[in-house]
Amino acid sequence: MKQAKQKTSGAAVPTMNAEAIRRALQRIAHEIIERNPQLTHVVLAGIPSRGVEIAQRIAAFIHQLRKINVETGVIDVAMHRDDVGTRSELPIVRESKLPLPLEERTVIVVDDVLYTGRTVRAAMDAINSFGRPARIQLAVLIDRGHRELPIRPDYVGKNLPTSGSEKVRVRLEQTDHEPDEVQLEKQ
Amino acid sequence: MTTRWTRKDLLGLRELPAEEINFVLETADAFKQVGTREIKKVPALRGKTLMNFFVEPSTRTRTSFELAALRLSADVINISATTSSLTKGETLKDTARNLEALHADILVLRHSSAGAPQFLANRLKASVINAGDGAHEHPTQALLDLYTIRERRGKIAGLRVAIVGDILFSRVARSNIFGLLKLGAHVTLVGPSTLVPREFEKLGVEISHKIEEVLPQADVVNLLRIQHERQRREYFPGIGEYIRLFGLTKERAKLLKPDCLIMHPGPINRGVEIDSEVADGLHSVILDQVTNGLAVRMAVLYLCGGVSA
Repeated sequence: MKQAKQKTSGAAVPTMNAEAIRRALQRIAHEIIERNPQLTHVVLAGIPSRGVEIAQRIAAFIHQLRKINVETGVIDVAMHRDDVGTRSELPIVRESKLPLPLEERTVIVVDDVLYTGRTVRAAMDAINSFGRPARIQLAVLIDRGHRELPIRPDYVGKNLPTSGSEKVRVRLEQTDHEPDEVQLEKQ
Repeated sequence: MTTRWTRKDLLGLRELPAEEINFVLETADAFKQVGTREIKKVPALRGKTLMNFFVEPSTRTRTSFELAALRLSADVINISATTSSLTKGETLKDTARNLEALHADILVLRHSSAGAPQFLANRLKASVINAGDGAHEHPTQALLDLYTIRERRGKIAGLRVAIVGDILFSRVARSNIFGLLKLGAHVTLVGPSTLVPREFEKLGVEISHKIEEVLPQADVVNLLRIQHERQRREYFPGIGEYIRLFGLTKERAKLLKPDCLIMHPGPINRGVEIDSEVADGLHSVILDQVTNGLAVRMAVLYLCGGVSA
């Protein structure tokens, strides 16, 4: 990790600062309220680690705007991935936490960066092992393109055109103990 | 959680550093949750084949590994000593090489000889998980014991753990001693001097031959099964004598602290090492151990089986 940071330190382009992230998540909160009249049926399920923090922030914005506590959860995707044994590093599994039962609810999967769509596919599989929600939606802070599966987000903080060799680096206060920031790193 | 798992095998807790033990326990938290889902199965080891190779009889450890593997979507084959060609004189190495020729990815081995898993791990590409080798180690049993203590008490460091019974022949005791000491517990071994020899003090544990002196301070009492076959070999005078001196009777249970945990790796001999009232009582976490064993074994299979070759 440290090495990668040094190697790319000259070529990191700041893309979103803390204020831009705040506004993007607030706008997502507005859109969620607009599209989901029954907010009490909504669950914001974050994908560890940053998706969990983003889900909590969106929930806080919804509370500010509507005084409704939307439930949040954690959906681990590591054990549902399709590439175990082929990656050099085994993904760390974390405990999933979702309010049950899921029937009648709208589960909004929340992640920091949407890329190939494979993580989201794994998240949907994981959710289905808990039950059958009425619908699943997807909210991401960054959509960087390059989908490998037919998946599209319902709520996007920022569309960021990238090339495959670039890396999107998201930092969030609680997860990373660094100021909120999104950078695009050229390799 | 920054630890990265790089081991293909789990052979014992002696060689496992504290951080890696904790990493397995944290991974087991995630897999324990899977057991509460409507669909208790995840695709993590889909396409992998696990061979349960039990040269010594065992029902609960084998079925625990089997269910753990099934819940990870691996394919499972069970081979026991009586059905294998070991009875026809094939060597362990040849049997194992045949299993590997079938492209098994994970071999779970129970063997009467200490070191058999190590022997195979050095020679096979497949992951080797020690499910008990002679009087040497039984790492997944100790990991599930550690998991159960941590779950109930929130920590392991500083706790006083008494292990009672047939320590000399017990791989469960050995693996527990290594794991508990690494995570900072105080360990006292209790039993007759024939089964709890002084040499164990070298490992950093205390030894007592009087259970009444140990029970009032204990945070955890782990009772080992008294193996009747030992009695014939005169390691202790008789079952009656053992119960009188070391059995956790309901009278002795009154000495326990209110929050003390009673553990037992099973199968229990009711009325020998433990009275029925105590085995089914409030202190007992014996069935939690069974549930947690599944989660811990899922974690071990996921970690060892998921490491790319």
